[in-house]
Amino acid sequence: MDTLEFLSKVNNLAGISGYEKNVASITADIFKELCDDVEVDTFYNVIGKKSKKIGGPKVMLAAHLDEVGMMVTDIDDKGFVKFTGIGIDQRILPGQEVRIHGSKEVLGIIGAKPPHLQKPGESDKAIDIKDMAIDTGMSKDELIQLISIGDPITFKSPLIKMNDKMISGKSLDDRAGVAVMIEAMKELDKLNYTGEVYFVATSQEELGSHGAKISTFKISPDVGIAIDVTHGETPDAPKERTCVIGKGPAIGIGPNMHPILTQKLIDTAKEYGIDYQSDVIPGRSGTDAWVMQVSKDGVPCVLVSIPLRYMHTTVETLNIDDVKKAARLIALFIASLKEEKEWLSY
Amino acid sequence: MVELLKRLTETDGVSGNENKIRELIKEEITPYVDNIHIDNMGNLIAFKKGTKEHPKKIMLDAHMDEVGLIITYICDNGMLKFGTIGIDQRVLLSKRVLIGGKVFGVIGVKAIHLQEKSERENVIKQENMYIDIGASSKEEAEKLVKLGDYAAFTTEFEEIGNGKIKAKALDDRAGCGVLIETLKESYPDDIYACFAVQEEVGLRGAMTASYKINPDIGIAIEGTTCSDVPGADEHMYSTVMGIGPAISIIDRSSYSSKEIVSALIDTAKSCNIPYQIKRTMTGGNDAGIIQLAHEGVRTGVVSVPVRYIHSPVSMMDIKDYENTIKLIKEFLRKGVL
Repeated sequence: MDTLEFLSKVNNLAGISGYEKNVASITADIFKELCDDVEVDTFYNVIGKKSKKIGGPKVMLAAHLDEVGMMVTDIDDKGFVKFTGIGIDQRILPGQEVRIHGSKEVLGIIGAKPPHLQKPGESDKAIDIKDMAIDTGMSKDELIQLISIGDPITFKSPLIKMNDKMISGKSLDDRAGVAVMIEAMKELDKLNYTGEVYFVATSQEELGSHGAKISTFKISPDVGIAIDVTHGETPDAPKERTCVIGKGPAIGIGPNMHPILTQKLIDTAKEYGIDYQSDVIPGRSGTDAWVMQVSKDGVPCVLVSIPLRYMHTTVETLNIDDVKKAARLIALFIASLKEEKEWLSY
Repeated sequence: MVELLKRLTETDGVSGNENKIRELIKEEITPYVDNIHIDNMGNLIAFKKGTKEHPKKIMLDAHMDEVGLIITYICDNGMLKFGTIGIDQRVLLSKRVLIGGKVFGVIGVKAIHLQEKSERENVIKQENMYIDIGASSKEEAEKLVKLGDYAAFTTEFEEIGNGKIKAKALDDRAGCGVLIETLKESYPDDIYACFAVQEEVGLRGAMTASYKINPDIGIAIEGTTCSDVPGADEHMYSTVMGIGPAISIIDRSSYSSKEIVSALIDTAKSCNIPYQIKRTMTGGNDAGIIQLAHEGVRTGVVSVPVRYIHSPVSMMDIKDYENTIKLIKEFLRKGVL
């Protein structure tokens, strides 16, 4: 399954943090085609394992399957659903299609007042999320049979292909990272590597990487590779905080990342002529690497990110070549890790 | 019936670019009408002969155009600047559009992580937005898009809730659907069915069409504002979804003829068709210009209530749509006033 196929299949599935069961089970089926062994743990982490030789270094890759979303807070007398969101810009919400995950999935739209009914100047003020409501086309009586307060809400936004390389949709943060892992599995099959490689599609990253925390504990890797997305350059974003789309994966540099391994990753990119960019992160990386690094007695980590525009919206946009380049870089990096772990010492 | 609405709403036709939707409607109505004419503005006017001896001329009007965007500039970085036709700038962020019927683009906004909290309380002005088509340079973008290309939202037609549908452009493809269904029968009077262009930029299509037709009476069929939603006081509900077609007394553009209004109400009552009176005076429609044709034309307006018009996704009750078709058909069957 190639990247476009995989992302078309999973991008529009619902998987808000804590509710990854469905997307995890579909991902597990895809992992099974490429791994020796696959399990889904209690947190819905999907763990795929490939190994050439027991006893070599244990490498764990992590990319998260969960996505940002919203939650039902009230259902009014007329059946309009009030909601709250975390990590979402309220200005993207009016006119958006959503799914409410109750006992059944309910389609809804976040209503927008037509210009004809607005007072002059009204369209110059952002609408507060508290004043918005989801319209499901159902009455309160019909609705309370299907949904209740606390039910999660996700966006509906199928993948679109803008050209040969560029795609856009929801939850590419970080299902694009999972796509990198799938490509890396295929790349690894072509290479001679030692040791065991664990591919973990993690859960609950957006809540604080709980999935990565328990899976890292369980696997106890010698090396952690987190794969996530980083901000892609756009006209409205500060240049120093973004990477360029289509110019290769970004390699994270900063306290969260092991300096020697990071240099080794950069050397690998240079040796094989793979485009890469530097993504300097002064502190908390906001990725699974943050918890992997401090698991048990510590895990040296690297971070590889796909530049992605409009993060946490329904139109997250990226270049598929960056996914492929990231996968090749990671596979070559894994293959460069020798059985004797001298490459790890300061 | 719903199948037709799917085709109508998923076809693009932003004001000034109604070719595709006109072709579709033309194909739909050809088997049912005596003659089809496309005028200089691009209005599609179909004629259906009346069965009685001295028929009157009834103009039925629904506009084909929809709100949308138009490309005004291609930036050096490959991003596109755009103008809008009938859209509140606050519904544009994080939406997808189809440009020139072939190129997908997205209207993005920098990630929440890169914003100050206060930014989220301020609206991004439309002139500061851009469409991203995935091109990395002006040259690359120019291969795909040219200035003046129109862009429409990409919303899928789907059923929602119990007996409702959601789609883009229900204003006024709902009216187009009503008109197409109406044409499947013959009536005592001559019917001139006008699928008008450019309603959203100032009722301009209906202006030339009504001059040409010079009807005895005119009826505009609309998908109108339905504001029975949170944030609106009950007395400001222009219409309510699910309680039948809305008959207008007055709006920003037109006064309805008292005789036509009472004939419509009588028809609804005698045929047990639910109806409502449009309660606010907001909004305008083609009746406003039809009534000023030649020496003046008596007009009426019948609308399907539609929530969230002029946004990427609007909602309608299928019963309201069916009852609007019924009301128009019964009104015509009775013969003119």
